Amino acid sequence: MAIVFERPKSLLDVSTSYCPGCTHGVAHRLVCEIIDEMGIEGDTIGICPVGCSVTAYDYFGCDMIEAPHGRAPAVATGVKRANPNKFVFTYQGDGDLAAIGTAETVHSATRGENITVIFINNTNYGMTGGQMAPTTLPNQVTQTTPYGRDTKIAGFPVRVCEMLATLDGTALVQRTALDSIAHINDCKKAIRKAFKYQQEKKGFSIVEILSTCPTNWGMTPLESLERIKNEIIPYYPLGVYKDIDAED
Amino acid sequence: MKGNEALAEAAVRVGCKCYFGYPITPQTEIAAYMAKRMPTIDGGVFVQAESEIAAINMVLGASASGVRAMTSSSSPGISLKSEGVSYMAGSDLPGVIVNVQRGGPGLGGIQPSQSDYWQATKSLGHGDFQILVFAPASVQEIIDLTVKAFDTSDKYRVPAMIFMDGLLGQMMEPVTFPELKHNQFDKSWACNGHGNKRKHNIINSLYLQADQLESIVLERYKRYETIKQELHMAESYLTEDADIVVVAYGATARIVKSAVVKARSNGIRVGMFRPITLWPFPIQEINKAVESCKSVLCVEMSTGQMVDDVRLSINCSKLVHFFGRTGGVVPTPMEVFNKIVELGGVN
Repeated sequence: MAIVFERPKSLLDVSTSYCPGCTHGVAHRLVCEIIDEMGIEGDTIGICPVGCSVTAYDYFGCDMIEAPHGRAPAVATGVKRANPNKFVFTYQGDGDLAAIGTAETVHSATRGENITVIFINNTNYGMTGGQMAPTTLPNQVTQTTPYGRDTKIAGFPVRVCEMLATLDGTALVQRTALDSIAHINDCKKAIRKAFKYQQEKKGFSIVEILSTCPTNWGMTPLESLERIKNEIIPYYPLGVYKDIDAED
Repeated sequence: MKGNEALAEAAVRVGCKCYFGYPITPQTEIAAYMAKRMPTIDGGVFVQAESEIAAINMVLGASASGVRAMTSSSSPGISLKSEGVSYMAGSDLPGVIVNVQRGGPGLGGIQPSQSDYWQATKSLGHGDFQILVFAPASVQEIIDLTVKAFDTSDKYRVPAMIFMDGLLGQMMEPVTFPELKHNQFDKSWACNGHGNKRKHNIINSLYLQADQLESIVLERYKRYETIKQELHMAESYLTEDADIVVVAYGATARIVKSAVVKARSNGIRVGMFRPITLWPFPIQEINKAVESCKSVLCVEMSTGQMVDDVRLSINCSKLVHFFGRTGGVVPTPMEVFNKIVELGGVN
């Protein structure tokens, strides 16, 4: 029988720590499909900091480094500067990238570090049980916003792509989502472009991925996909915020 | 050559390819020197990081990929680096961290100090771990110990610190750079791309099973025991017949030496013991040095930190006195001499 669909080679055949219905698995798969298509597993170093994906070093087949919370772009800077011809990507959550690691994110972007950042935005701290993240929507209920995020007290969400697109060091800044087949396909194209730009030494690329967290949202996987479409995308519009090639 | 610049040049010569830094007095000459020097060497990397935190994590990344890397800072900046140092220790990564100490706590001052001894030797970050700590007392020794720090850090896969103070960093002395044999160290653990030739490498400090983490930590402590056997350096000066042995390290030891010479010329039988490695502390050497003395005096530019290790190392077999100045005040040879006289060392 012909095989029509299989696990990417660079995605290891192990069980993961992710909850049922969480879209981390889809995001992992997309990254690995691109690594396989480009044939770069042996030349790639991945960096996963603290968060739900901290144990991703067991899932990706390339060399993997676990970084302190928020510091993945700094670690990636060290790896990439020391090995400019290798592929380096980080895989970070919203609390990691947009709260504790904001300085590392912004400065690696503005330095134009030639790395690829995969940014999973699920609007909460998933690993610690669903607390408010910098990306938590106004009025969203989390463990630390039990009455809903009150922007008078807890401030407003951070729109990462809009912020980073203003920096001259960025090559590709794109927001995608995993709520539909069409969006998943767009996401994969964005990841491919990000790795391609790295290959072409164009500078810093970030692909934001709006992702689900059914466990902490208290929803079924299907309801979670609906939430992305109905609540999250309206606050975080999808699209290309910066593309260095499109500007030429 | 200036102490800070000599350190930077020695690092380059011993194969440091990546320097990541952040400006802070009194170590900024190291960053300035590296900014000029690194672009002139093959594969040389200089990055001025956005923070001390980012700088140590860049060291972590470069080191994880098997490349020699260094960062430097002064006391408040070292506190910021402590997170990264703990992760490096927990991931068995080598790397060199320079602390050109200044007065503390908080922003403190910018004058020389030795008040980070506890931080360097006991707890530079959370968790059970140690780092190698080298304390030079001259510009030549800064060079020699920088070479040693890189080699031993690679050999044992433990972060190493060159521990000095503003006085040594700013001091100018004639130096010679030694002929270096470039030792090769096994870096098969490095994350630099497996080239489809081996299983993927993982650099990690996370172990969610308690018994697994315990065994990893205990394994590391076995390595620390080996280091204690193999790496302990000290200088003994006129200790053989001394009634009083003065213990001091770094720049303070130079001041103490002047006081010892003056005391000897006054007929007082006094000697000096200078630890060169602060971790591991040279326990055998200090016990030998104080064997026949009546009392011990520890002199530091702090309120008394190393004095704990002195007492522990000799198992309180002698009375250990302390004299220190802190906050950036450098003790004078006369002050130390007076303290020696006060301790009854008069002939």
